[in-house]
Amino acid sequence: MALYSEKVFDHFKNPRNVGEIPDADGIGEVGNAKCGDIMKMYLKIDNNIITDVKFETFGCGSAIASSSMATTMIKGKTIEEALAVTNKDVVEALDGLPAHKLHCSVLAEESIKSAVQDYYEKNNIPYDKSKFPVLEDCEACDAGQVRMV
Amino acid sequence: MFVYADNAATTKMSPTAIKAMLPYLEENYGNASSLYAFGQKSAEALAAARSTVAGCLNAEPREIIFTSGGSESDNQAIRSAASWGARFGKKHIISTAFEHHAVLHTLRRLKKEGFDITLLNVHENGIVTPQQVSDAIREDTCLVTIMYANNEIGTIQPIAEIGRICRERGVWFHTDAVQAAGHLPIDVKAQNIDMLSLSAHKFHGPKGVGALYVRRGAPLETLIEGGAQERSKRAGTENIAWIAAAAAALREACEHMEENSARVTALRDRVIDGLSAIPHSALNGDREHRLPGNINFCFEGIEGESLLLLLDDAGICASSGSACTSGSLDPSHVLLAIGRPHEVAHGSLRLTLGEYNTEEDVDRILAEVPRVVEYLRGMSPVWKDLESGKTRHQL
Repeated sequence: MALYSEKVFDHFKNPRNVGEIPDADGIGEVGNAKCGDIMKMYLKIDNNIITDVKFETFGCGSAIASSSMATTMIKGKTIEEALAVTNKDVVEALDGLPAHKLHCSVLAEESIKSAVQDYYEKNNIPYDKSKFPVLEDCEACDAGQVRMV
Repeated sequence: MFVYADNAATTKMSPTAIKAMLPYLEENYGNASSLYAFGQKSAEALAAARSTVAGCLNAEPREIIFTSGGSESDNQAIRSAASWGARFGKKHIISTAFEHHAVLHTLRRLKKEGFDITLLNVHENGIVTPQQVSDAIREDTCLVTIMYANNEIGTIQPIAEIGRICRERGVWFHTDAVQAAGHLPIDVKAQNIDMLSLSAHKFHGPKGVGALYVRRGAPLETLIEGGAQERSKRAGTENIAWIAAAAAALREACEHMEENSARVTALRDRVIDGLSAIPHSALNGDREHRLPGNINFCFEGIEGESLLLLLDDAGICASSGSACTSGSLDPSHVLLAIGRPHEVAHGSLRLTLGEYNTEEDVDRILAEVPRVVEYLRGMSPVWKDLESGKTRHQL
């Protein structure tokens, strides 16, 4: 099928790191059920290294594939390396996404950042708030347009 | 195993329809407008097809014009009535909130041209009442256009009652019968229908051909100008092969309607009963007044596109009203019209069965859909919140 790349299909049908980490050090949740996408990212962090990561996603095939791919890109990495992952990196790793699905990769990036932010907050670690997305209600539902990269 | 369960999208051509088209692709390729005998063979085939289609609807042959399909028929019918209305200062049109976009977008355009459009509420069961139509008719109403049966949730509208009201009140009545033709009995005289659209590929005919019935005396305006084909109401050399196949398919569907309907309804009911056992699911649209093959469910906590892709992987072709399947951001306007909240409408699944489906197909559907729903719920944070009581179940 030509709707998605083989990589997207692979990560959609055989998602990596699905599930929950009960004692996660940081949890990020982004998206909105009204729009049809919610991503939840769980991080286990030890000595600045992401030792484990799991995700749960409500959404379309590309949303599930984007979350899966994002987890593989940050597992075993430092927090700084994880924060450097952009939605474009996720899209490239997936061999592309259709234009109207790019917001799925944005959610993947934001879910990582949101989970790290949660880790910082929980541990009273000072950080630069301006480098994290302000998570409000999805613009798409109100303004009728997808936030594009 | 391959299960085609998207017969509302399109159907497989019947062997009868294919056989009917072949002579006009091979030997009899003449132009129906040519005077020589070779061309006249095509003209005869065209006349025969027109007569067949008319017979299936209890119309007169001269009341049938062939078009490129349902969308063109809808456009032409609505435009014709609107032009008539504009001439008499009647610029109000009544329709429903869950029509096909061929109707809704034509109405949207007319609104920009100064028409007043009333879209009737279709309630939770997906059915408009004759009383609503009666109450909405005004002095300046020129047209009521209401679909015979809905394409997503399959609900059948009270067409005969609406037709009677429109006739009594002197308002033209058009019905988009694209999903109904060949599947439900249609009698344009008894049901007081002034205009009706149908499309051949929904009843095992070819794509790209349909018909518009326009009662004698009802307004009919030309959309496509050119030659004098179709009584100058639709220019362009007639596609005799497709038209002959459309007529053959409709006749076959109408001749076997009762037995087909009984068999497909039984398959449908098995699927509905089976899927109803999935927790926090709901059938969309009235259970009784629905097309024989239509099944449409919402499943809480999952999103329709991922459901479709996994079903496709399991060999089942289905469709969904989820926003992600359409490329737009909003889920199905039909599901929203019957009051489903956005987050629930995203998790919809439409399975539409037809004459070629089997009990084995149903077995497969009943094995795969619950499995896939459960799998997707297992990774859904929305489902988890519903189950833990953090958010409230709506179904």
